Amino acid sequence: MPGRLSSIVTAVVFATMVVPAHAATIQITMENLEISPAEASAKVGDTVEWINKDVFAHTATAKSGEFDVNLPAKKSGTTVVKKAGIVEYYCRFHPNMKATLKVIP
Amino acid sequence: MFVRWSAAIAAVALLSGPALAQGTKPTDPQIAHIAYTAGVIDVNAAKQAVKKARSKDVKAFAEDMLRDHEAVNKQALALVKKLNVTPEDNDTSKALSKQASDKLAELDKLNGAAFDKAYVANEVAYHETVNGALETQLIPSASNAELKSLLQTGLKIFQGHQQHAVHVAAELK
Ligand SMILES: [Cu+2]
Repeated sequence: MPGRLSSIVTAVVFATMVVPAHAATIQITMENLEISPAEASAKVGDTVEWINKDVFAHTATAKSGEFDVNLPAKKSGTTVVKKAGIVEYYCRFHPNMKATLKVIP
Repeated sequence: MFVRWSAAIAAVALLSGPALAQGTKPTDPQIAHIAYTAGVIDVNAAKQAVKKARSKDVKAFAEDMLRDHEAVNKQALALVKKLNVTPEDNDTSKALSKQASDKLAELDKLNGAAFDKAYVANEVAYHETVNGALETQLIPSASNAELKSLLQTGLKIFQGHQQHAVHVAAELK
C-alpha cells in the first residue's frame, strides 16, 4: 500500500495535475466470449487494458459512448479512464458480451 | 421462458431431418459436419451481402459474419484433424444446404434496401435456428469433450450474432 499512499500524496502535492502521477493499469481478459472480471474497478487516470485471447475480433464499447476500443483477434487495446462513474460496456460484434467498469475519483 | 423454449423446439423440428428423427442422436462426425455446414452457409450469405448490401451497417455486419464464421470453421477443421474425425454428410446437413441455396437465389433477385432488409431478417432467423439446434440437440449429443466445448463457444458467438442482427434490423426501420 505505500505505493498507493505516495501516489495520493503526489496527487495532493501536485493538485493542479489532472492525472495522478502513478496511474495503474487494470487488465481485463476476453476469452471464449467472456469478459473477466465482469465487474472491474479503476481510478480516474488509470489505464484499462483489454486482452483479447480469442481468435475472434471483439470491441470494448461503452454504452455512454465514452470509449470504443477495437480488439482484433489475439490483440489487446487500452483506454485511459477520464471520469468517475459506472460505465457499462459491451462488444459491438457480440452484444451478449457485457461487463461493468466502476471508475472511482 | 416458455416462448424461448418453444422457439427452440420449433427450430430443432425444422432442422431434424429423417437421419435425426426422435431418439436418434447424431454422431460426432455428423455433428461436426452439421456445424461446419452451418458456418459455410453463413459465410456464403455474407459474401453475397458484402457485394450487394447498400447500407453500410449491413455491409459491416456481413463482414463481421464472414470473419467470425471463417474463424470458427478454421478451428473446427483443426479440431477434426486433431481428433482424426472425418465429418460425415447427413440429412440435416443436406436439408440445411438446400434451404440455404434456395435462400441465396431468392435474395439474389433483390436489390438495395429490399435486399438489406431481407438479408438481415434471414440472418436473425437463421442464427435463431442454428442456436436452437446447438442448444437442444448438437451440444447435448456431442460425446467428445473438445468438440462439445467448440460447439459451446460457437453457440456464444452465434447468440452474439443473433443479437447483433436484431440490432441491425431495428436500425434499418
Ligand atoms: Cu465480441
